[in-house]
Amino acid sequence: MIRNPRDIQRYNASERANHWIVGICFILLALSGLAFFHPAFFPLTQLFGSPTWARILHPYIGVVMAFFFLIMALRFARLNFIHKQDIEWLKRVGEMVNGDDHNMPEQGKYNGGQKVLFWGLVIGMLLITVSGVLMWRSWVAVPVGVVRAASVVHAGAAVFMIGLIIMHVYAAIWTRGTIRAMLYGTVTRAWAKQHHRVWYRQITGDKR
Amino acid sequence: MALQSLDIKRRSATTTPSPQVRQTLEVAKLIDVSACIGCKACQAACMEWNDIRDEVGTNVGVYDNPSDLTANQWTVMRFNEVETADGGLEWLIRKDGCMHCEDPGCLKACPAPGAIIQYSNGIVDFHEEHCIGCGYCITGCPFNVPRISKKDGKAYKCTLCSDRVAVGQAPACAKVCPTGAIQFGSKEKMKEYAETRITDLKERGFDNAGLYDPAGVGGTHVMYVLHHADQPGLYNGLPKDPAISPMVSVWKGVTKPLAMAALGAAALGSLFHYVMKGPNEVSKELEDEMEREDERLRAQEKEDVK
Repeated sequence: MIRNPRDIQRYNASERANHWIVGICFILLALSGLAFFHPAFFPLTQLFGSPTWARILHPYIGVVMAFFFLIMALRFARLNFIHKQDIEWLKRVGEMVNGDDHNMPEQGKYNGGQKVLFWGLVIGMLLITVSGVLMWRSWVAVPVGVVRAASVVHAGAAVFMIGLIIMHVYAAIWTRGTIRAMLYGTVTRAWAKQHHRVWYRQITGDKR
Repeated sequence: MALQSLDIKRRSATTTPSPQVRQTLEVAKLIDVSACIGCKACQAACMEWNDIRDEVGTNVGVYDNPSDLTANQWTVMRFNEVETADGGLEWLIRKDGCMHCEDPGCLKACPAPGAIIQYSNGIVDFHEEHCIGCGYCITGCPFNVPRISKKDGKAYKCTLCSDRVAVGQAPACAKVCPTGAIQFGSKEKMKEYAETRITDLKERGFDNAGLYDPAGVGGTHVMYVLHHADQPGLYNGLPKDPAISPMVSVWKGVTKPLAMAALGAAALGSLFHYVMKGPNEVSKELEDEMEREDERLRAQEKEDVK
């Protein structure tokens, strides 16, 4: 595919690398975490060399993810403040899911759904990081009651976030022409105008 | 420890039944606290039989030595000086260690298949070769018993000498106890024996003497005869009503099927949404519009070059 020089840059290289560091960590953490959570997934520990290696590596990968997520969240937080048009968008999300986006309010760089996802992940990351540290017996010793509560929070936050990420990945697949934004940075002008018209106008100066 | 000739009743992180056709006799160790003289022969025998040696520690001002259970110390005598209402002193000495619960919190919490085993005779055993060292057993235990070894990162605790029991021997601690304070046999027999001890204690004025076989964990395969069964806390904080923490039950109970169902629904829901609604494509009009604009701009560039 010859890329159109007039394609719009949505993410720069640093943002993309940051996103994929978090993404890779998340996948590794989900695979090893699910293995500890449910016996049906225990064989996934073999992907990490052995069950014991999975247990050893999981928290360190978690530290890497928490660090890079923090940077990513700080980068994107301002763009994800929720405004009135986002609430409008969210009220009409049913139409969108049903395949009709004609009446959807015009959106900036992120739509209401993406913003909800963003803040959901921020809360999830906060809970999972704090509870994870409290469960990390190699380095942290806290009373058993705290560890028990942390274990419940950790599992709950993980399931919540894996659910959000399934939605995140699906939304990217469903909305054609989206994944390239996170792979090599650009989207077509038509994509931007259709899905994020306010942002499209800001970038191109196109008044239509 | 592994390679037992004992029948397995339950395995950690295993969702199908373990082989359990053969029914073996339920065993129990009975520790008669009222007959214990605190000689620590049981501790020595445990170290000797199991070939474990804890590091020499420091005196912390009490007789407890070492001061706590460790990966190398599977039983510890807990010494408690208790003042009675009439100004007297009671020296309550409890042999601490794994209680071998009928409903073991460690086994419930353990994520590694087969790392914790409950034999059909009731013994709860750790198979360290399957242990991944996560410490969930410590989180699950209502008695604060398992310890992770600093040497190999695996969890250890009293095995109730499952290797000895497998060949018809009593645990090393019971074998060595000089006063008969540690008895071993079928759980039924041990309860009967406990009754005689309790009757005796009551005759001697311990009105609240009783058996510690807590129902909250389905009963235990290590039981105590206590002079003050109404106040187990006197015996170095022995819990009055131990049970698997509700936190652990939620974490390892309802959360699992609910979470799997929710995540499965999200994944399958996404797939079927795509299949039934189709992708969210950029509209043809917008693509054509951009196409026309591209052509216009290209034409303009050519003009400019001229």
